[in-house]
Amino acid sequence: MNEPASHEPENQEHHIVSPRIYLAVGAALLVGTGLTVAVSFIDLGVFNPIIALAIAVVKATLVVLFFMHVKYSTKLTKLTVISGIFVFLALIGMTLSDYISRAWGRW
Amino acid sequence: MSDSHAVAHGSVAEAHPHEHPSYQRHHFETIEQQFDTTNFAMWLFLLTEVMFFGGLFTAYLIMRNWYYPAFVEASHQLNVGWGTANTAVLITSSFTMAMGVWNAELRRKGGLVLCLVLTFILGLAFLGIKTIEYHEKWEKHHIPGIRYSESSFLNPASDPEVHKSYPDDKPLAPDMAAHTEMYFFLYFAMTGMHALHMIIGIAILSFMIFRARAGAYTTGHVTYVENFGLYWHFVDIVWIFLFPLLYLISRHQ
Repeated sequence: MNEPASHEPENQEHHIVSPRIYLAVGAALLVGTGLTVAVSFIDLGVFNPIIALAIAVVKATLVVLFFMHVKYSTKLTKLTVISGIFVFLALIGMTLSDYISRAWGRW
Repeated sequence: MSDSHAVAHGSVAEAHPHEHPSYQRHHFETIEQQFDTTNFAMWLFLLTEVMFFGGLFTAYLIMRNWYYPAFVEASHQLNVGWGTANTAVLITSSFTMAMGVWNAELRRKGGLVLCLVLTFILGLAFLGIKTIEYHEKWEKHHIPGIRYSESSFLNPASDPEVHKSYPDDKPLAPDMAAHTEMYFFLYFAMTGMHALHMIIGIAILSFMIFRARAGAYTTGHVTYVENFGLYWHFVDIVWIFLFPLLYLISRHQ
C-alpha cells in the first residue's frame, strides 16, 4: 500500500477481542444475574426496582461494549449507539411528561 | 476495475495492483471501510429494534403505575427459578456467540461450527423453558383474551402454590383484579416478541451452521457472523431488562 496518506479512508484496523475478555464479561454477566436475583429477595421498598434496573443497565453496557465490540469500534458506530440511546430516553421522557402531568388513568 | 481511481492518480494506481480480497465490493476503497459501513448499517437496524421494544417497555411502565396492585399480584405468578435459569442460558449463548465471532476472525472452522451449534442448542433450551412457563399459564387460565380467569387474584387462597410463596397477597377488588389481564397481555407481548426474535435467530443460526461447515465465514470475511452476533447480543440485552422488570421488582410489594 504505497498510497499517500490523504487518500486513505478514515477507517481503523479490525480489532479482534480476546477470548479472555469474553470469558470475563460472560462471568460478570452471570454474577450480575445472581446479584439481581439475590437483591430481589430483600425488601428494599422503592429501591428494589431502582437497583434491579441499575444492575440491568450495567449488564447491558458490558454486552454493548465488549460482546458487541463498541469499545473497539469507529467513532461513527459509537456516536450511532449513543444517539440511539439518547433518542430512546428522550421519547420515553416526553411520553412520561404527558402521563404524569394529566389525569390519565384516574378513572 | 476502479477506473476513477486510476484517472485520479494514475501512477499511484499502477504502482499498486489490486490486492484486495475477492469479497471486497468495488464501491469500497478498503476492506476496513466495507466492514465499518456494514457495521454502521447493522446498528441502524438495531436502533429501530430498540425503538420497537422501547414502546413495549414504556407501555409496561405506565400500566404498572396505573394498575399497581394488579401488576404486583399478577407478577407473583411468574416462577423466578425458571426466569433465572433462562437468563443464565441466554447469557451463556451470548458468550458462545461471541466466541464464534472470535473463531471466525481467526479462521478456525471447527471452533466456529462448535460455537454456532452451542449457541443454537442454548437458544432452543431458552425456548424450551419459555414453553414450560407458557404452558403453566395456559393451565392456570392466565392467557388474556383467550383463556382468562381472575380467580387467583379475587381469591388468592384458591391458588395454593403461589399463595404459599406470597402469603401476604390480599384479594383484589373486582375492578382491580380485571386489570391483571393487562399484566399478562404485556407479559405475553414482550416475552412473545422476544421469543419471536429468538426463533428468527435460531433459524438464521441453522443456516449459518450449514454454511460454516462448507467453509464460509472462515475466509477472512466475517461480516455475516459479526452482524448476526450483534443481533443475538441485542436480543440478549432485551431479556436482561425483561427479566428483572417482569419477574423480580414486585416480589415484596
